[in-house]
Amino acid sequence: MSEAATRLIVGPFNRVEGDLEVRLEMEDGVVTAAFVNATLFRGFERILEGRDPSDALVIAPRICGICSVSQSHAAALALAGVMGIAPARNGQIAANITLATENLADHLTHFHLFFMPDFARGPYRDRPWFDRAEARFAALRGASVRPMMQTRALLLHVMGLIAGHWPHTLAIQPGGFSRGVDARDKIKLLAILSGVRAALEERLFGTALERVAALADPEELSAWRMHGPEGDFRLFLEIAADLHLETLGRAYDRFLCYGAYPGGGADGAPLYPSGLFAHGLEHPLDLEAIAEDHTYARMENRGLMHPPFMGSTSPDGADEQGYSWCKAPRLSNEPCETGALARQVMDGQPLVRALVARAGGNVFSRVIARLLEVARVLIQMETWTKALEPGAPWCVPAGTIGTGRAVGLTEAARGALGHWLRVENGRIAGYQIIAPTTWNFSPRDARGLPGPLERALIGAPVQSGETTPVSVQHIVRSFDPCMACTVH
Amino acid sequence: MVYNVLWLQSGGCGGCTMSMLAAEAPDLLTTLEGAGIRFLWHPSLSEATGAEARAIFDDILAGRLPLDAFCVEGALLRGPNGTGKFHILAGTGEPAVDWARRLAAIARHVVAVGTCAAYGGVTAASPNLLDACGLAYEGFYPGGALGASFRSRSGLPVVNIAGCPTHPNWVTETLMLLAAESLSEDDLDPLGRPRFYADHLVHHGCTRNEYYEYKASAREPSDLGCMMEHMGCIGTQAHADCNTRAWNGEGSCTRGGYACIHCTAPEFEEPGHLFLETPKIAGIPVGLPTDMPKAWFVALSSLAKAATPERLARNATSDHVLIPPVTRVPRRS
Repeated sequence: MSEAATRLIVGPFNRVEGDLEVRLEMEDGVVTAAFVNATLFRGFERILEGRDPSDALVIAPRICGICSVSQSHAAALALAGVMGIAPARNGQIAANITLATENLADHLTHFHLFFMPDFARGPYRDRPWFDRAEARFAALRGASVRPMMQTRALLLHVMGLIAGHWPHTLAIQPGGFSRGVDARDKIKLLAILSGVRAALEERLFGTALERVAALADPEELSAWRMHGPEGDFRLFLEIAADLHLETLGRAYDRFLCYGAYPGGGADGAPLYPSGLFAHGLEHPLDLEAIAEDHTYARMENRGLMHPPFMGSTSPDGADEQGYSWCKAPRLSNEPCETGALARQVMDGQPLVRALVARAGGNVFSRVIARLLEVARVLIQMETWTKALEPGAPWCVPAGTIGTGRAVGLTEAARGALGHWLRVENGRIAGYQIIAPTTWNFSPRDARGLPGPLERALIGAPVQSGETTPVSVQHIVRSFDPCMACTVH
Repeated sequence: MVYNVLWLQSGGCGGCTMSMLAAEAPDLLTTLEGAGIRFLWHPSLSEATGAEARAIFDDILAGRLPLDAFCVEGALLRGPNGTGKFHILAGTGEPAVDWARRLAAIARHVVAVGTCAAYGGVTAASPNLLDACGLAYEGFYPGGALGASFRSRSGLPVVNIAGCPTHPNWVTETLMLLAAESLSEDDLDPLGRPRFYADHLVHHGCTRNEYYEYKASAREPSDLGCMMEHMGCIGTQAHADCNTRAWNGEGSCTRGGYACIHCTAPEFEEPGHLFLETPKIAGIPVGLPTDMPKAWFVALSSLAKAATPERLARNATSDHVLIPPVTRVPRRS
């Protein structure tokens, strides 16, 4: 190994959800290769096998405390698919509100608690914005941290009111929702949402959510940075421009979305459409082309691809070739990136489309897409709440399950989540889960192709003496990873 | 006085941390500061990452940083084959279960946050490929990663803040009591749970109690009736104050319309029947309130059923109140 070539193992990687270690190879001050290791295995797929299918409603959400509602939603959709039922309209809307609440809470947690504290750290002491970043975002003590936690707690009152609690609500059912909402509940929900709106408009954006949602091109963003309303958003724009975050963390620019908030858009369509966005174009999603590769996962059955209905989860603790408990999902043998950026780009949000056209998926565009989604989804939640109809049904009776299979597809804050359920003789014969971070943080595959994060880390600058390169931290956290889901 | 807390996560979902962040009145940071509680390191909240975090662990083990409370969230994984390799603490090459044993040995108090860390929880559900267990319990049985006879430096056994997830205030109030030296062994129940919340039943304060009284029962999700008879609810046996201490403003499982699955108990993950359906023998639910003779229960419920007012019978299977309680206007004399 030459003088300039070095290796570094980074971990424990904190301010992400769950356990993550990254091995870096570096030369001349840049990362030349990265190996991403999910260091924990839990194996929910095996816990679910052999149980009554309805138990999935209790077990599956407990895969993850940060995405528990999305896990719950995917399980309910898969069960509904096998039962051949569709949820009551009220129940579908209530489930969307519940899911949106979790996604919004996640976006807020990510921005304020996980991502921004890195800009309040030593390496940036000399930057012109440092004092303001430190004052607002220093871990545990920044002036924006406490109010955001209070706003998040207020937002989660939506869960207390209609879904019992968060995390691990059982309110989402295959036939709809377990709690009816009456006229008072509707008004109270709107009051909670208006409290959240006021807090975000005051501190995060400095202006109406509608102005954020209407952002249409990068020039408007530049103008906002120069003389837009004061707020955390504007400070982020200033930091991002100074540090050229747009040049950091580009992966494959293949964006996967399963479609978000069923029935939540116009004319019964999902709010955000499903599909693959690649080479600057939308493509329909071919679910049959999804398969998982175990070559570098510490899993048995390495020699073949695993389409999820036929997949297996057999951990191989003795394996030395595998370097992660995370499998490598591929769509038509290609890695894909998923998340808020994928949802917004698939939806054709003009600013996000323009940013992706200019510099692809990167640290900057991922964070912008997330913040735009905060504004867009909160506005939508108000509309959905008004559409709830007290007195109309909330839940249709569950069907019986003998034998059958179905997939439940939804979107967690951090991207595409699927549960592939196979039932035989009333028992779960197969349950395979592909979580968003399984896509984003997958290890290499049989072709040696790195996962999206592994690809995104190549070229990251490393300053001399850095033991945990700050550029690497920005890139890793820009995906808002959830390792708990990854290793389920 | 500062009370130093180190928080590690192992085989769990992170949900107890996520729940704790929603503490209110006051918020988490204000609550902890007010009680002099400081995180030496917490995986979701702290600035230090990678080598800096490892340096903090080293300082603690070397005695340079006093460790008052060692909190573990998530089950401890002993597999495969006793190696602990199903969870290597990132960046250290060493199993998380070994870290937990070393840190527990020097901590003044050891706290299991959540049912996974307390008893194994869902992570230890069958077939338990992971050989997962709690810090000082394996399901109902003392043992676990630290052993049945474990005592922390203070002399207390592991404090088991069981729950899946934990209520934010169960965690903050336990830490505050420990920091104030106000939690003794007598304040823990036989399963190591703080009695301030475990001496209550979920049934207490359940908004469906009137339906319970008359066995006016829900049949489907979204029905208003009692969920004990058909829907798998075991709130009459479950130790927790969920219905007298609101979750996320005004919630609880039963208020959300779904069954209490007794998540503060060991082995709740293996009830031996479907979670959301009440097992019955000859039409009578198995698992009646633990301190009530079965014959009396059967006799009282048949009587209560016979006496069920039309209002409760009809409302029980509706998603909203069809018949309101009668308003009586006193006659003017």
